[in-house]
Amino acid sequence: MSGRILLGHGGGGTLSQQLIDIELRPLYADPGAPLHDAASLALPHGRLAFSTDGYVVHPLEFPGGDIGRLAVVGTCNDLAMAGARPWALSLGLILEEGLELAVLRRILASVAAATAECGVQVVTGDTKVVERGKADGAFLTTSGIGLRVAAEPIGPGRIVAGDQLVVSGDLGRHGMAILMARHGLDPHPPLLSDCAPLWPLVEALLAHGVRPHCLRDLTRGGLASALQELATEAGLRVRLIEERIPVAPAVRRGADLLGLDPLHLANEGRLVAVVAPADLEATLAVLEPQGGAWIGAVEREEDPPGHEGADLAGPRLLLRTAFGSERVLSPPAGDLLPRIC
Amino acid sequence: MEVCGGQTHAILRWGLDQLLPPGLRLIHGPGCPVCVTPAATIDAALALARRPGVILCSYGDMLRVPGSTATSLLAQRAEGADVRLLTSPLQALALARAHPHREVVFFAVGFETTAPATALLARCARSEGLANLSLLTAHVRVAPAMEALLQPAAGPPTPVCAVQGFLAAGHVCGVIGTAELRELVKRRSLPVVVSGFGPLELMRAILACVRLLETATPRLLNAYGPVVRPEGNPVARALLEEVFEVVDQPWRGLGLIPGGGLAMRESFAATLDAGRRFPLPGPFAGSPGVTSSLGRGPDPVSDSGPCIAAAILRGQATPLQCPAFGRGCTPEHPLGAPMVSGEGACAAYHQYRPPQGAARSAPPLSR
Repeated sequence: MSGRILLGHGGGGTLSQQLIDIELRPLYADPGAPLHDAASLALPHGRLAFSTDGYVVHPLEFPGGDIGRLAVVGTCNDLAMAGARPWALSLGLILEEGLELAVLRRILASVAAATAECGVQVVTGDTKVVERGKADGAFLTTSGIGLRVAAEPIGPGRIVAGDQLVVSGDLGRHGMAILMARHGLDPHPPLLSDCAPLWPLVEALLAHGVRPHCLRDLTRGGLASALQELATEAGLRVRLIEERIPVAPAVRRGADLLGLDPLHLANEGRLVAVVAPADLEATLAVLEPQGGAWIGAVEREEDPPGHEGADLAGPRLLLRTAFGSERVLSPPAGDLLPRIC
Repeated sequence: MEVCGGQTHAILRWGLDQLLPPGLRLIHGPGCPVCVTPAATIDAALALARRPGVILCSYGDMLRVPGSTATSLLAQRAEGADVRLLTSPLQALALARAHPHREVVFFAVGFETTAPATALLARCARSEGLANLSLLTAHVRVAPAMEALLQPAAGPPTPVCAVQGFLAAGHVCGVIGTAELRELVKRRSLPVVVSGFGPLELMRAILACVRLLETATPRLLNAYGPVVRPEGNPVARALLEEVFEVVDQPWRGLGLIPGGGLAMRESFAATLDAGRRFPLPGPFAGSPGVTSSLGRGPDPVSDSGPCIAAAILRGQATPLQCPAFGRGCTPEHPLGAPMVSGEGACAAYHQYRPPQGAARSAPPLSR
């Protein structure tokens, strides 16, 4: 094959066939199986979780990961947040004409490594090539099916006043690594994305008898957006203790430099667990050794009946600073833009 | 008054004003370069960005700010303009080299903190003879603006802001030193304390300022330790001197400030001034010393309806006193410049103390 992706690689002819046979087939659960229009799956009995996501990161390769790893880990993490063990994935590739084949191969090798790490199989997929300038190198989409392991449902509807909040590690590494790569900042030592599967943590929590009320993968918008969503959906108020929220010094310095709040930065391998007070100790036993920490609690101040989600009870998300003052933690307004000075 | 928007941001972020004893009030200053860039200058940048073949580049928070119409550089990008975000002006050199057949325009804004980097870009561009790189500059100087806030403009009497002491912007002083501020202290007999941006640094500066006020000692104090030397940064100052000259300049919301800006000297402007290289609308058309004629037109964004942006930028009102704050005016739909930039006082209040019941933007469709 030539060194770059050509329009013909998406044309459905021999070039397409070559691309599939040489580059993509090895990703599949059974590379030798004949290709058909749809995968046939023998689903185990029980409840399933299903999730989908699109991946458009720039740059395609960043310190600590690449778009391939992100596409597998991201969707598997969404499944894990429903208490589901990731089981099968679809993989859609939209490639830009001219993409170097070497880059594609590295991305696909990452997909393969990440699927092995997540214990998941690619069972179906699709590849398209678009003209140069119509995509940013490569866009990936993955959909995933997971097998629900948790006995009870996990979701914002189960959050109640008094619940405790625990994060699984320090925050903002992925967002800061991407921003630094994008803006040509080159920290020493390099700051790596936190991109990693979360199912092992969820499985460990369940094995320790924790019955999480809610789990949330802290992706775009960071902790601030995730908790704002959860608090709004639950109709409750969340109060955080800023000193307890772990942020690596390098992330804090980078955020200071760019004028950003680490709690607005994306993560790709961090979760917040909302658990009953009785489960707090077991939750910390699992998450603290990973760098996790208790960061705050859900409060008893509720919306008046009939006005749920109407913000009548004041701000949803409060943060107590190290100085003892209190402020609202707002989600970011738009795209994160570095400030001037 | 804390002069710099970064300080306002930190005060609200850490809730420092809540911790102060009664009788002590922090007045928020105009020190957000994005907020005070005149609408007409932004209009010029927008016009340049629309020109075929132009790559218009600037700092991140400048891209969001609307000019005299509602459109911003980010909105122009969505419509097809090639607008790029830089974190250092020198990145414009690489852009110009990589795109020899296109015109790269750097939209240079900011105080004396960012002006030296613009000066370095101008020097490099000239010595390298890059023919496809030009600059649209709107650099502003802090000390003249501090003085202008104290002094009501000539004409009918205007409400004067109640500033009794200044917390000066530490990073600006790191560049220019303290001489200009010493002059201000001498002329206006009020204390000025050079302050950093961390919560402890700000508290230390506030304490120092209160002590000077209690003992009625109009002095300049440096509470930002070794970052600020009396002589500033000699290398940066030499660069500023080489490339720029002091001009009278309009500030958005504040009007024309004598000595309030920096324009490129003729030896640089002759080849690098975007205002000369391209036909620009209205006040820009081919005039040398273009920066001094900017911003005299109407400015619907900060003059519209209930918005009191000008009074806020002058320290005469707080965002909470504005009838539009959090109602008609939010970071997603700003009416005034201080709401547009993250460093603006209104945006800082909205982020850390949003009004009760304020409508937040909808959460992203997909996480």
